[in-house]
Amino acid sequence: MSAVVERPRGLAWFQLKQEVEDFLYMEADLLDQRCFREWLDLLADDIVYFMPIRRNVKFGQHAEKENTRQGEGISWFDEDKWTLGKRVEQILTGVHYAEEPLSRVTHMVSNVRLLDVTPSAEDPAEVTVGCRFLVYQNRVEYENYTFIGRRTDTLRRHGDSWLIARREMILEQNVLLAKNLSILF
Amino acid sequence: MTTTLPIDQMIDTTNGMISREIFVSPDYHREELEKLFTRAWLFVGHESQIPNPGDFFVSRMGQESVILCRDMQGKVHVFLNSCRHRGMKVCRYEQGNTSLFVCPYHSWSYTTDGKLQGVPLYRVLYEGQLDRAEWSLIETPRLHVYKSTVWASWDPDAPDFMTYLGDAVDHLDQVLDCRDGRPGGSEVIGVHKWILPSNWKFAAENFLGDTYHNPSHRSVDMIGIGPSARAGQSGRRDNEYNKGQHVWVSFPQGHGVHSVWMPEGFDYQPSYAQYPEVDEYFRHCFHERKTRLGDKARIMPFTGNLFPNVSYHGRQPRGLCVWHPHSPTETEAWRFFLVDADAPAMVKDVLRRFYMRYSGPAGMTEQDDMENWLYATAASSGPIARRYPFNYQQSLGAFKRNDPLPGDVSTQITEQNARNYYDVYARYLKGDGWDSLLGRGDAVRVAAE
Ligand code: FES
Ligand SMILES: [Fe+2]
Repeated sequence: MSAVVERPRGLAWFQLKQEVEDFLYMEADLLDQRCFREWLDLLADDIVYFMPIRRNVKFGQHAEKENTRQGEGISWFDEDKWTLGKRVEQILTGVHYAEEPLSRVTHMVSNVRLLDVTPSAEDPAEVTVGCRFLVYQNRVEYENYTFIGRRTDTLRRHGDSWLIARREMILEQNVLLAKNLSILF
Repeated sequence: MTTTLPIDQMIDTTNGMISREIFVSPDYHREELEKLFTRAWLFVGHESQIPNPGDFFVSRMGQESVILCRDMQGKVHVFLNSCRHRGMKVCRYEQGNTSLFVCPYHSWSYTTDGKLQGVPLYRVLYEGQLDRAEWSLIETPRLHVYKSTVWASWDPDAPDFMTYLGDAVDHLDQVLDCRDGRPGGSEVIGVHKWILPSNWKFAAENFLGDTYHNPSHRSVDMIGIGPSARAGQSGRRDNEYNKGQHVWVSFPQGHGVHSVWMPEGFDYQPSYAQYPEVDEYFRHCFHERKTRLGDKARIMPFTGNLFPNVSYHGRQPRGLCVWHPHSPTETEAWRFFLVDADAPAMVKDVLRRFYMRYSGPAGMTEQDDMENWLYATAASSGPIARRYPFNYQQSLGAFKRNDPLPGDVSTQITEQNARNYYDVYARYLKGDGWDSLLGRGDAVRVAAE
């Protein structure tokens, strides 16, 4: 894998990075505070929300075969805003037993890096952000799940905030070690 | 072979009571692995996963890892994934192509037909002692490919697969055949693997015909997630079977299905609203299928479970599930999603998106199943809970034999499929012979035939 070449870092770049980080933390907080509808408002209408299934492959085949691909076959998630809206609607019915009673969830976001900015850090229309996530879910009495992985988000400028236009979540698991993926990432 | 555990005292299907012990006890778990999973025909994989010589797919049979492999001559094998020397897993990739399985431990190597080929320092250390021909990978003595699905059994005396499947074949065909009625022609478009903290039989029973649990899916039915939900339709599927008679059918080999027996002259129900191309495709398939299958086209599938642990969804969604026991209270679930290999890309895309939002751990429908199976297992584990059997009295005695279809047929929601399943289950745990396991020792059934 080739390292991503960092752009020269001017003041605008650092300001942008800070703004993006604040946005990601605010977004995580909305989920943890169970403000699901408000969270949906942060998603672009054409969002792609994708979590591949990871496979154990031979050395040298990782780039080609390790992860299922967006747009084909079966992944953990490969969906759009309508489906995410349905997931929220389902939780809000109060009879979605996998989330009733609601899980306790904390989203940790770290290792935030700006991977791409267009057209420029001074006037950014779209930003690609890499980060790590650690999502802790505790449910009912004894159920505990920890989801750890890498995330790549594309944020689109929307007034003085952002919309999430693409979210790719690479969960570091092969067989899913959880009975459900009933939470939002 | 006799059991030290009184299985007959655990399972009383005459009165509709089954002990919780078989769902939580390590003793029964061990008995199942030793007496049931070593004999029954189990689903291993699908030929579309291994199209070429040297292709392999690592699967499971019960607790054991197995390699489904197509050898260089094109023949399909199932091997125990354990080296004959010290047991190392010879293949830890999920899928791929190879000419040799090389054991990482001491480098014995096996060809794709399972033969031991390479033994390092053979001349110096083993000459005259080790007969390579005797130390091939352990292969299932029985294997059968049915409409691209691969099944295997560890029992050399097992009946042939079609006998084992019996009349359930007409229902399984609705899963495996093309939507237009051509035989076979499906392909696997993806596999889910995940861990459920529950006994595997909860999952099997769910598909066997537990239609009664419908209320647990109220949330998806309210919001609508089906193929026509974008057009505002509620429910989790299209209403394809509008005027049909629901039937719950059990078979002497332990299988059970929930299908629909459509009235004569039944017509296509518009589906996939918002996807006119897809609706048109299925309308075309519907008419082709009717022409091809005649009266058999009247069978439309919902769900089923082939004894012991292979479940299916027949149409919306469509796929096979296998429930592999890890322990009495933990199961590894694998789901194989199916489409017609030659369906148009647009159709496949609409289907795969629907499958993902319906099925498995990320599926809005099945999440609620998993919640129920977990807490049903957990709340049945205590010594007090285990004193009280589960109730299986639903529609006790309410079925007809071979009317309108082969098998014991109920036209109302029933636990008959489950009662039958556990009768067969008990026979495996008692170590019965195959006549009994195929239901031929069933005096009542024989008398009626
Ligand atoms: S365990 Fe495989 S070569 Fe020794
Ligand atoms: Fe269900």
